[in-house]
Amino acid sequence: MTLPVDMSTTLGNAWFPAPLFTASGCASSGKELAQFFPLNQIGAVVTKSVMSKPRHGRPTPRMAETPSGMLNSIGLQGPGIDSFLANDVPWLLEQKARVIVSIAGETVEEYSTLARKLRSVSGISAVEVNISCPNVENRGLVFACDPDASRRVIDGVRKTIGGDLPIIAKLSPDVTDLPSIARGVVDAGADGLALINTVLGMVINIDSMRPHLGGKTGGLSGPAIKPVAVRAIYQVHAALPKVPILGMGGVVSGRDALELILAGASGVSVGTASFGNPSAIIEIQNELRDLLAARGFATMQQAIGYAHREEA
Amino acid sequence: MATINKNAIQQVVTLVSNKRIGAYHQILLNVGDVVKSCRPGNFVAIRVGGDSSKMILRRAFAISRVADNSQYGGTMELIVAPHGSGSKWLCSQQEGAEIDIIAPLGTAFGIPTEPINALLIGGGYGSAPLFGLADVLKNRGCKVDMLLGASVGSKIYAPMEGKRSVNSLKIYTEDGSMGETGRVTENLLDIVRDRNIDVIYSCGPMAMLSAITALMAETDVIHQCAVEESMACGVGICMTCVLPVQNEDGTTSMLRSCIDGPVMDGSHVRWDLVGKVPEALA
Repeated sequence: MTLPVDMSTTLGNAWFPAPLFTASGCASSGKELAQFFPLNQIGAVVTKSVMSKPRHGRPTPRMAETPSGMLNSIGLQGPGIDSFLANDVPWLLEQKARVIVSIAGETVEEYSTLARKLRSVSGISAVEVNISCPNVENRGLVFACDPDASRRVIDGVRKTIGGDLPIIAKLSPDVTDLPSIARGVVDAGADGLALINTVLGMVINIDSMRPHLGGKTGGLSGPAIKPVAVRAIYQVHAALPKVPILGMGGVVSGRDALELILAGASGVSVGTASFGNPSAIIEIQNELRDLLAARGFATMQQAIGYAHREEA
Repeated sequence: MATINKNAIQQVVTLVSNKRIGAYHQILLNVGDVVKSCRPGNFVAIRVGGDSSKMILRRAFAISRVADNSQYGGTMELIVAPHGSGSKWLCSQQEGAEIDIIAPLGTAFGIPTEPINALLIGGGYGSAPLFGLADVLKNRGCKVDMLLGASVGSKIYAPMEGKRSVNSLKIYTEDGSMGETGRVTENLLDIVRDRNIDVIYSCGPMAMLSAITALMAETDVIHQCAVEESMACGVGICMTCVLPVQNEDGTTSMLRSCIDGPVMDGSHVRWDLVGKVPEALA
């Protein structure tokens, strides 16, 4: 007989009863997934990155399936922060779901403006600062590819948001030296890191003989990028072992989630897998519990970064 | 804001039969009680490729018709064209195969409370859900005429039993291999005028839906169309299947065709902006 595993986790000073989360941009604001499982059964709903104003996003086609993955080019379509805070957050809290609000901006100032609006909102567990969305017109605007710009965004959010709401910086794997970008945002005030955003990619339609996506490039997600996620989490955990990581990238099973945790993730987000199976998060969470129990872990937290241990 | 079809459930069901009909496969699934909440126009999202597949996304198919069958319980019929890797996989499944489905999804065709003159227009396998719709309209006392079009005759889907639920059926093919040569939009204005059509229900390629909307712009005919936009999830979370739709205040929103569609009012869709982004909020 195996003892029940304590599945709780923390990200900064935020506590969660379970280690599986939605991934920003892959659950909208939770309403649709609520038809398939109770949202309070998972760690938290990480909402789709919201900007200060309503936004249409990029033209269609916005999607291309690729081997064991997909490219998306949504471009941060959304209702804008005011409508989001008035409608989506209260609904999620009514469901007794824990909420991590993801924000995205075009300028350092926009992130600060969004942080200011979040200051007065009660009931949210953390803020994810998405500085790595690949689907913007100007690649120069991917803050997370520039150490200095990354720091300035997080610094602005930290100063504006005040209090003790944990800040999680979502980073891109499309950089040469991820640990140094991670160290920069932590120094600027990030309490945790979300790793990884999608990997920039392209599909060319061989009939039209042009890029398939309306936005030409898109973000690659799904099992195809899981080894990239494991590598990124492992590298950053080795460099910054005390900084909690919300891991994501191609997780479709409990085994995948365990891999990310062993690499150093304190929690695991499920994104693209929910598109293929809206119940995926719950199934993955249950499978993870069994895998931890079978390996003798009494708590999920004991497994965090376990792949880094010294040789016996 | 629109929400996911409240009746949608995820379940593993059994494939009852898989028959080839012309260029298509007629696939029958034993889905149980969920047939009671399926309406003409709704669709089903199906997991394809099996557990070790490199295909990670569901495929969306229009529900052709449902029946409460004494032998199998509730059955759902799909008409599938084996085009891509996902639909080819589904068409290769044999009797007894277990299939993971989510249904019913999306909006349904609006059914009038009074008997009206309805014209149903289908392009290719887009005709499939129209026969189930024809049954419902017929039972409401409506007069139901149908136009079907395709590039070639083998791509016309018009089952014998379906023909019984319509008052008239006219077929067009672009190569003239079946019915009249041409497209369904050929004499559409004349047909609509001569037969006093009140509502057009359409399903097929986007270019056909757009052309019908344009022809009806100067008439009082209501055009309900089931749109086709590629989807990653079918349940409203991925935001890939959006279409530009005009709001009452004249502004345009990018609406999810899996949640606010597939059935939409053709006159509300900004066909000129499909594949573009409305400028004000780009």
